Amino acid sequence: MSSEVYTGQAQRAAVAAVAVHDGDGHAHHHHQSFITKYIFSQDHKVISKQFLITGMIWAIIGGFFSVIFRLQLGFPDKSFPFLETIFGHWAAGGHISPELYYQLVTMHGTIMIFFVLTAGLSGTFANLLIPLQLGARDMASPFLNMLSYWFFFVASIIMLISLFLKTGPSEAGWTAYPPLSALHEASEGSKAGMDLWLISMAVFVVSQLLAGLNYISTILNMRTKGMSMTRMPLTIWALFFTAVLGVLSFPVLLSGFILLLFDRNLGTSFYLSDIYIAGHALPNQGGSPILYEHLFWFLGHPEVYIVMLPGMGITSELLATHSRKPIFGYLAMVGSLFAIASLSFLVWAHHMFVSGMNPFLGAFFVLFTLLIAVPSSVKVFNWLATLWKGNIQYTVPALFAIGFVSLFISGGLTGIWLGNSALDLHLHDTYFVIAHFHLVMGIAAFFGMFAGVYHWFPKMFGRFMNNTLGYIHFWVTFIGAYLMFWPMHYEGLAGMPRRYYEYSADALAVYHRFQGLNEFISVVAIIVFAVQLMFVFNFFYSIFKGRPVKDPNPWKANTLEWTTPIHVGHGNWPGEIPEVHRWAYDYSKNGIDFIPQTVPVSPAEEEVAEPVKTPQ
Amino acid sequence: MAYTVRVQRKKIHPHKFNMWVAIAAIVMMFGGLTSAYVVMHGQTRWVSFQLPHQFIFSTIVILLSSLTMALAVKSFRQHHMNRYKMLITITAALGVIFMISQFMGFRFLYAHGVNLTFNVSASLLFIITGLHMLHVLGGVIALLVMFFRAFRTRIRSYDPVPVEVAATYWHFVDILWIYLFGFFIWMR
Ligand code: HEM
Ligand SMILES: [Cu+2]
Repeated sequence: MSSEVYTGQAQRAAVAAVAVHDGDGHAHHHHQSFITKYIFSQDHKVISKQFLITGMIWAIIGGFFSVIFRLQLGFPDKSFPFLETIFGHWAAGGHISPELYYQLVTMHGTIMIFFVLTAGLSGTFANLLIPLQLGARDMASPFLNMLSYWFFFVASIIMLISLFLKTGPSEAGWTAYPPLSALHEASEGSKAGMDLWLISMAVFVVSQLLAGLNYISTILNMRTKGMSMTRMPLTIWALFFTAVLGVLSFPVLLSGFILLLFDRNLGTSFYLSDIYIAGHALPNQGGSPILYEHLFWFLGHPEVYIVMLPGMGITSELLATHSRKPIFGYLAMVGSLFAIASLSFLVWAHHMFVSGMNPFLGAFFVLFTLLIAVPSSVKVFNWLATLWKGNIQYTVPALFAIGFVSLFISGGLTGIWLGNSALDLHLHDTYFVIAHFHLVMGIAAFFGMFAGVYHWFPKMFGRFMNNTLGYIHFWVTFIGAYLMFWPMHYEGLAGMPRRYYEYSADALAVYHRFQGLNEFISVVAIIVFAVQLMFVFNFFYSIFKGRPVKDPNPWKANTLEWTTPIHVGHGNWPGEIPEVHRWAYDYSKNGIDFIPQTVPVSPAEEEVAEPVKTPQ
Repeated sequence: MAYTVRVQRKKIHPHKFNMWVAIAAIVMMFGGLTSAYVVMHGQTRWVSFQLPHQFIFSTIVILLSSLTMALAVKSFRQHHMNRYKMLITITAALGVIFMISQFMGFRFLYAHGVNLTFNVSASLLFIITGLHMLHVLGGVIALLVMFFRAFRTRIRSYDPVPVEVAATYWHFVDILWIYLFGFFIWMR
């Protein structure tokens, strides 16, 4: 981390500049103790690292859980004594119990979606890049920004504690549908584990709101001179829409959770009606689980874009930089982000086609769901056009960005199937869905994250990550992703249901023919997981021992973050903040390899090459 | 240095902007809850009941408090610190009175057998008004903090931003209540 600070004159200038830069003059730019510098830091760059490292820890836990339940699916007859060592009576005889299976699936989904790809992904890159790429000293409110991390941390601790309860963590799936989630009697995981899950998620929502409002207000208000909205790097645009989605949809989820907490603990009946448990009628009257589904998926669908959009932004940026070409169709990229973000609020009920919702309503949701294909195709087209005839540098970040495009295409196409309610009746809750969303969202978003980490690691730590390990990481993960999830389409088409512990009962015996395939998938999953551990090793090793960065702009990129010193101090730029004169994608223009945003437009430059000229 | 000030020029103070975004989020939350109300209202097991008359009183109180808040901002801008302190105290007190009268409303309903588990209709009413009260409470706490600040500082700081942010929020919870109250009357 930034061990050296600017010296003498420069430092004083920086501090002074910081003090004027907004009326409330943050007092924290003075001398800092270890605690204020690395723990309760208000510096966006440190907070970014905190999000990243917490997210990585969660990713290891969430990934490990998938390995465990894949062992069950792949080898239902084998016994793994080490499981008993870890999970005790939950895995007596080296077999995980059905309850534990479902708890692992739930935790895997919750962790991956919320803790890794929501908090970890946007938390890292929004914090790192928004001020650096826009030319701001810090976030609009560094204090709230710090709080957003610490709320995330508290949510993490609560979720972690739930793993160690005697009755185990929640087992209601990451969507926590009632009545399973609403009745303590429903299952082991519906006891305290479910309450902790809800409380943790409520704290998590607060964290996301604090984070989001800071991102939005920083992007709209703190851009440096010349950085008009239409000159912003696409990563920032993507993070902006991500934040807007979060701020508008998480509160609805929160209200759904509050009602659920009341149903669980205070006897209300929002989601419950006419339920019998062990022959006894419950007193609940008048509620409806479909209400929960509406409230949940009003977040749930935008949530998949909260997970996707940062990866889209990072990919756009890296494809241009690493193919030394201007991004193709900048305004179309922004427009399609906007279209995707807006439409994502209108499609939530495509998750509810089989819930007993009015089928005529379904038609509306089919229409809007399929409409999202249009802006998505625009993005894909523009990415491919950016790469077309480019001077592509196959660096590790570039490969991950290209991998993102590949996964987005192959996973996105099956979304068109699922978006048709008639097809979804068959495919709903089968492995087809698992295959679809893992490719398009799960793994693709991870690819965006990896691309970003490899690309901005030099900025974050002043060193490079090891390249060879990076290439191994990419190829094994990329090929492995297809080997794991492609076959699941076939299983799903054949009707193999998801969230099942075993396919041995007579009615399910028809899926025995997939046993070999399941075994194969599980083996690949273990290999892929192992390679992620190698990435983690590479990451931490390189923080301390990686090749040091010599050139402040190692990728020859145009954006502002590369105009800071190699080790960025608090306040980001010693002295004045650079002024911006052009968009971020002047690569290979007039025979010049790259022209940073800070370079004034020369009279000789063909103005036509500048797509947007808005005076700030 | 003048340069730095210029490049960091903002159209609207970031803290104020943060407040507006936060308000958007809160609106979505109550939007979600009132849509739930609409959806459940269509169900056969919905049981209507009379709203407590205390809510009318609380409506008047919160409207008044918005007025005193606006006056407080005005006196702050004119540096009439004593009047400002008084008005802020009155506003906070009105906030507390609002909450008390909401509570009285709940008591009234309970006395007539309408409790939290009476029916989804009542549960939603309690939760929505309860959450609104929680937001008012947040505002009261913010006002108290500012009240003590106004006393504590020897160095006179006439930065109006915190006061204005608080006022924005306060007017918002006022309008929110008017919306909710109108909604309940209309939907019943
Ligand atoms: C090594 C990589 C991964 C493997 C092998 C894997 C495997 C699986 C499998 C087999 C299931 C379904 C289990 C069942 O329904 O019985 C599942 C569920 C799920 N996975 Fe993954 N997964 C991986 C990575 C990810 C990632 C990166 C995400 C991030 C979005 C993710 C999100 C989910 C979600 C949301 C569910 C649904 C959980 C639920 O039904 O409650 N997974 N995973
Ligand atoms: Cu969806």
